Amino acid sequence: MEQFVPLRRKKDGQPVRYLVVDDSVFARKNLGKMIETFGGQVAGEAADGCAAITEYERALPDLVLMDITMPLMEGIEAAEKILQKHSDARIVMVSSVGYQENIVAALQRGARHFVQKPVKADVLYEVVKYVMGDDAVVALADGAHA
Amino acid sequence: MKMELIQPFINAADAVLAQSLRCRTAVGDVSMTEDTYKRCGIAAQIAFTGDIEGRIIFDLAPATAAYLATSLSGVEVGAGDEMAGEAVLELANQVIGNAVTTLNNQGFNFRVLPPLVYKAEQGLPSTQDTEALLMSFETCGGTVYMNIAMRYTSQASEQAASAVSA
Repeated sequence: MEQFVPLRRKKDGQPVRYLVVDDSVFARKNLGKMIETFGGQVAGEAADGCAAITEYERALPDLVLMDITMPLMEGIEAAEKILQKHSDARIVMVSSVGYQENIVAALQRGARHFVQKPVKADVLYEVVKYVMGDDAVVALADGAHA
Repeated sequence: MKMELIQPFINAADAVLAQSLRCRTAVGDVSMTEDTYKRCGIAAQIAFTGDIEGRIIFDLAPATAAYLATSLSGVEVGAGDEMAGEAVLELANQVIGNAVTTLNNQGFNFRVLPPLVYKAEQGLPSTQDTEALLMSFETCGGTVYMNIAMRYTSQASEQAASAVSA
């Protein structure tokens, strides 16, 4: 898998911590591998919206990658509930269903971005950089930050 | 089943398989069938409801599923590995998601249900208003079978009929 220049948290230089939410084990593993190539860390995983809310409270990740179509509770509702308690949560919706209504609904409820499956690592990397904004820095080879 | 409804599924399957397997794919046999579907290998089913309701089944031989899983994950996956089945589920999910997105942009409304492993040896037979399309994709990892059965819901049928008679 392609390697990317690691992204680090600006506040402490540590890897960006992700919560990966998808009912597909395969999708979670795939996203996990991409996160590793970004120099990130999977802080938690969840297979449905209900578990996502619980895991968010436990892990307090820097960024959430959230599927939409899931059993028990769909991703848009889970995102909304997380944001009700944590208004600064950074949630990126990741789904194969790219309806305009879905995207608009997710963004209106506070999601920061949307990535359609199949996910391309270079696309996700740029989205993560954008969503993290000034809270993340690109780690250069000599340990300096860009 | 109208071609304009089927084509997005064919296009989505072709695109997802080509990207996932990083090789060209070729459409193989295509047929309409009213026969009961018979599972061949590892199969995943996704149902959808809305203006059109139906289901799509992806069916791969275990070795082909393992090849797909290996290609997607970058890690060697064996034919008997659980991840091979998970890869088939993810394939079905991505294809149907992309297809219904295209149809949604054309004005159809859908709700896609979470994918399920298709365990039955045989499915339900097609009916007059639920035709099934069976097609295969030839890939570098083997043959991928796709079976689509769908029909207009009553409301959509009435609207379509009204539009024709107007």
